[in-house]
Amino acid sequence: MADANAAGQTILVVGGGISGLTTAVEAAETGYHVLLVEKDPHLGGRVAQHNKYFPKLCSPTCGLEINYQRIKNNPRIRYLTLAEVVDIQGGEGNYTVRIQKNPRFVTEACTGCGECSAVCTAEVPDPFNFGMNQVKAIRNNHAMAFPCWYHMDPDYAKTEEAQKVAKACPAGAIQPDMQAETVEEQVAAIVWATGWKPYDAEKIRPYGFGQYANVTTNMRFERLANIYGPTSGKIVRPSDGKEAKNVAFIQCAGSRDHNYLPFCSRICCLASMKQAAYVRDQYPDSQVTIFYIDLRAMDRYESFLQKTRDDQGISWIKSKPARIEEDGNGNPVVIGENTLTGERYAMPFDLVVLATGMEPHSAVDAKVPYSEVRQDEYGFVTGGVLSAGCAAMPTDVASSVQSATAMAMKAIHAAVKRG
Amino acid sequence: MEQQKKIGCYICTGCGIGDALDLKALKAIATKEQKIPLVKDHALLCGAEGVAMIQKDLDEGAVNAVIVAACSHREKAAEFRFDIDLMDRVDLRDKCLWMLDVKEGDETAEEDRQMMAEDYLRLGCVKIKKMNVPDPFLHSEGSKDVLVVGGGLAGLTAARDISRAGYNAVIVEKSDVLGGKMNNMFKVTPDNQPPYREMGENFIGALVAEVENDNRIKIFKNSIVTKTSGQPGSFDLVIKNASSTKELRVGSIVVATGFDLYDPTKLPANLGYGTSPDVITSADFEKMAKEGKIVRKSDGKEAKRVAFALCAGQRDKEHLEYCSGACCIYSMKQAMYVIDQYGDDASTYLLYQEIRTPGQMEDFYRQAQEKGAVFIKGDVAGVAGNAKGGVSVKVHDHLIRNNENLDVDLLVLATGMVTTVDTLDPNAPSPVGTGREELPGSILNLQYRQGPSLPRLGGAGFPDSHFICFPYETRRTGIYVAGPARRPMGIAATMTDASGAALKAIQAVEAVAHGVAVHPRSGDLSYPSYRPEGCTQCKRCTEECPFGAINEDDKGNPLFNPARCRRCSTCMGACPQKIISFANYSVDMISAMIKEIDIPEEDEEKPRILIFACTNDAVPALDMVGRNRSAISPYVRIIPLRCMGSLSLVWIADAMSKGFDGVMLMGCRHGDDYQCHNVRGSALAEIRLSKVSETLQRLKLESSRVKMVEVNIMDADTLPGVISDFVEQISNLNPNPYKGF
Repeated sequence: MADANAAGQTILVVGGGISGLTTAVEAAETGYHVLLVEKDPHLGGRVAQHNKYFPKLCSPTCGLEINYQRIKNNPRIRYLTLAEVVDIQGGEGNYTVRIQKNPRFVTEACTGCGECSAVCTAEVPDPFNFGMNQVKAIRNNHAMAFPCWYHMDPDYAKTEEAQKVAKACPAGAIQPDMQAETVEEQVAAIVWATGWKPYDAEKIRPYGFGQYANVTTNMRFERLANIYGPTSGKIVRPSDGKEAKNVAFIQCAGSRDHNYLPFCSRICCLASMKQAAYVRDQYPDSQVTIFYIDLRAMDRYESFLQKTRDDQGISWIKSKPARIEEDGNGNPVVIGENTLTGERYAMPFDLVVLATGMEPHSAVDAKVPYSEVRQDEYGFVTGGVLSAGCAAMPTDVASSVQSATAMAMKAIHAAVKRG
Repeated sequence: MEQQKKIGCYICTGCGIGDALDLKALKAIATKEQKIPLVKDHALLCGAEGVAMIQKDLDEGAVNAVIVAACSHREKAAEFRFDIDLMDRVDLRDKCLWMLDVKEGDETAEEDRQMMAEDYLRLGCVKIKKMNVPDPFLHSEGSKDVLVVGGGLAGLTAARDISRAGYNAVIVEKSDVLGGKMNNMFKVTPDNQPPYREMGENFIGALVAEVENDNRIKIFKNSIVTKTSGQPGSFDLVIKNASSTKELRVGSIVVATGFDLYDPTKLPANLGYGTSPDVITSADFEKMAKEGKIVRKSDGKEAKRVAFALCAGQRDKEHLEYCSGACCIYSMKQAMYVIDQYGDDASTYLLYQEIRTPGQMEDFYRQAQEKGAVFIKGDVAGVAGNAKGGVSVKVHDHLIRNNENLDVDLLVLATGMVTTVDTLDPNAPSPVGTGREELPGSILNLQYRQGPSLPRLGGAGFPDSHFICFPYETRRTGIYVAGPARRPMGIAATMTDASGAALKAIQAVEAVAHGVAVHPRSGDLSYPSYRPEGCTQCKRCTEECPFGAINEDDKGNPLFNPARCRRCSTCMGACPQKIISFANYSVDMISAMIKEIDIPEEDEEKPRILIFACTNDAVPALDMVGRNRSAISPYVRIIPLRCMGSLSLVWIADAMSKGFDGVMLMGCRHGDDYQCHNVRGSALAEIRLSKVSETLQRLKLESSRVKMVEVNIMDADTLPGVISDFVEQISNLNPNPYKGF
């Protein structure tokens, strides 16, 4: 394709999740140069942590793989991992950005052979699995991680063993002395696609997350059901490893509530229906109960709700539970009042999953370092730079891709205007 | 004239390859057996030195086609990206070394591993020998202009964005004005644009003016497209209005024809449409609000008490099985009109099943509640007209589980959106009750062998083919659907959707102008061609192409439209005469590869199982098996296919005649929730396979020797078991008697 555009017409995409990947490949395949900056060691973002997508119950890896292939085949896309944008100056058509490249301690020469991990004796809680298991201090997050270069934890890099591990690398790719560096880039447009993080469930005190072992969150549950998760996909309760066959999902846990997140995160109803299917598929004799306020299966997702409703093993209670307690057997007991019947309930479960909502990274740990940025009261990015996917609003994968493709168009407008 | 092929084979000995394999023997396969003129090895081929070694040979002209025998083609793509046309990767590491459990000193296992590596190297050598340099398909008089059908919000937004990107757009609008349904809209919902609590002013006038004053946008009003022939880059249109016909060439198309509201006369009787003039649709109400006074239709008296019935036909299997997405918010907006007009005298009731105000629109819901709108979770059980005007609505309240009668001046039915994308496709379910079934023509009237319309998929019949990961994809290349024509959506989403579809449209014209494929094989230069003298006019290729890329000439021979093609190669697999091929992918190539695999004699008791694996999902899954170091049988040989749709039954016969004991096919999930990136590939392969028993019968072989399995990309944990079960099953049969023939 014509490389008509000059270096200054580069589009900067911040965030390598499904939105950022989409903006990057769509703009690049239209002929524009893209610099993709991701703060984690691998691309894929939040969707890479998901076990399956609703409503097709298919693996996110399938679509990611195609996008990775498109990146591999496209020399117009440069990507940086473990990198963060630390400063933005200028304006549309002519931004100067500073990017901090944090040390991976492993160079791109890494072949992914895993010799280093075999030598490494240090284990750390696995951030990819929300700390539910231990992993080596030098590793690859999962078998499908892209790029496949290993990465080393910064604390471990300081140890003597790290030097020993470095010597074990046949490709000479490990550099425990690697330092952070900052680079400057001129870009025509910036698309902020930093996505979301799960709302901190510990803040929802009445539900006892963090206090009761068998109260978990939807994102943790996603890892629990995944073959690369802490239990290799076995749905068991954290306290005693017992099969979790009586599972409750509490919708709007910390959402649509002024004490926590006032907005609706759009995906949680559908995510719980999907997760109910994980339980039902794994244990045919299981029981799932979903506590909800409104069931928000927007537009075509309605058929997924209907399909879920057809499953007699799933019960629905319209209610926002008041609190969770724990009985003598480690069972969380959900307590509240059924809005439709007025009946009070206190129901014990093997496991309770809190369907927590999305907090935009741009509100907490990926703030836009730009004086002209505009954000709404919840921290979603609404102006100053372009924003795609869940950096702009809480939304699902299909709408994120829609938004990200649109932002590729808007970014191209900025590049064209610059000329 | 094509340059003579000079092949270089580069074997990496890193990552344990050199330790595990007999390099000398491996090199001998390439040089002596396969006659590759230049064979080199390197201890770390992907390192700077290794890459430089290859580059030097390329620069010096010693080679112009490269085999890299190292790791999976999915690794080190950047390092092994050379500016050459012919290149292949042989996977000695991930799918050989890492997949075999070889204990130190186990000579049999070591021998098996060596045999596997040698076979994979043979496959790579044969493949590159059979590959030709693709000569990209280029239009002589291509166009980069984009047709936008529909001049409503989606169409105007798409055209404006196309123009701003530097391309020309052509809008064809069937009515005499631009603006579409927005012209009747009073105020707009905030839809994720702050402030989220406030309605906004209707901006359609400004957008229409911008588009009308844009000299890169050509507008045809009162016009329809009566004919679309050709392919991306050279779609030839016939645009007609009452008095004239115009012919025009464009490069790609955005269908932005919007929605019809569900026909209220088809609604269930309990909603009361037709019982009183005071039962109206939300569209009628909106128009009235825009005109000024909100009044009863029956007698023109002020309508201060208004009820809104949400889900009027939506989420109902008998009517629209989906939710329309925007009606909750839209009805809240309309309730606020009443409240704003009549202040404290206003009473508004929203009768709902579930309130769906996603994202920041929760704030708009709060605003409606705070302004005094009353929300009742319940059904409309019946409606009766009142003698003195207005209607009495019987409401079954879900919360107090009681029936109550609500006397209101107006009952507004929030009817749902129905896509206007054609229903002419015989496979598409007709949108019940919209009256569109009688539509005489399609929107584009495509002159395609497979029909004039965009195929619609899934239960509710939306025109997109991969709506989660790739929502803009349709089954007609270069044609994208935007806005509520694609799926129900509100104003902000429509504008976003239109911008995205516009991007895809200009991306398509750029791809075509450079002779490369669009998604999913973005950048692929190859395309199908056929040997006319071999054609029997059986039409399987034209019927099976998932993207409608092939027409027929008047003799019934296929007419390929390369720019419509996604290069999935389903046509190649469909052709019983084996005459369809790509420069770098053909039936003959895979046949030659099969024949090159070394089959041990029967008495060696080393069976051979051939696996055809879809390169999109099954191959990565197999790579993961390797990465996890899960062991599989050393008797299998894997040949990746572009798509299971390219499966030719000849290959099964070839494998059986060669002496393979079994053949396994690994394709993507098919059916309603298909995962095939080419929509139909794996489904068609399965249909073809149902006929394989004839082949096996002819060879007097058991039908259980061939098996197809669905493989998900995350099946790395179960795949080794799937493979070993099949190997075991095959081991229970006698060895294939054709070994050694």
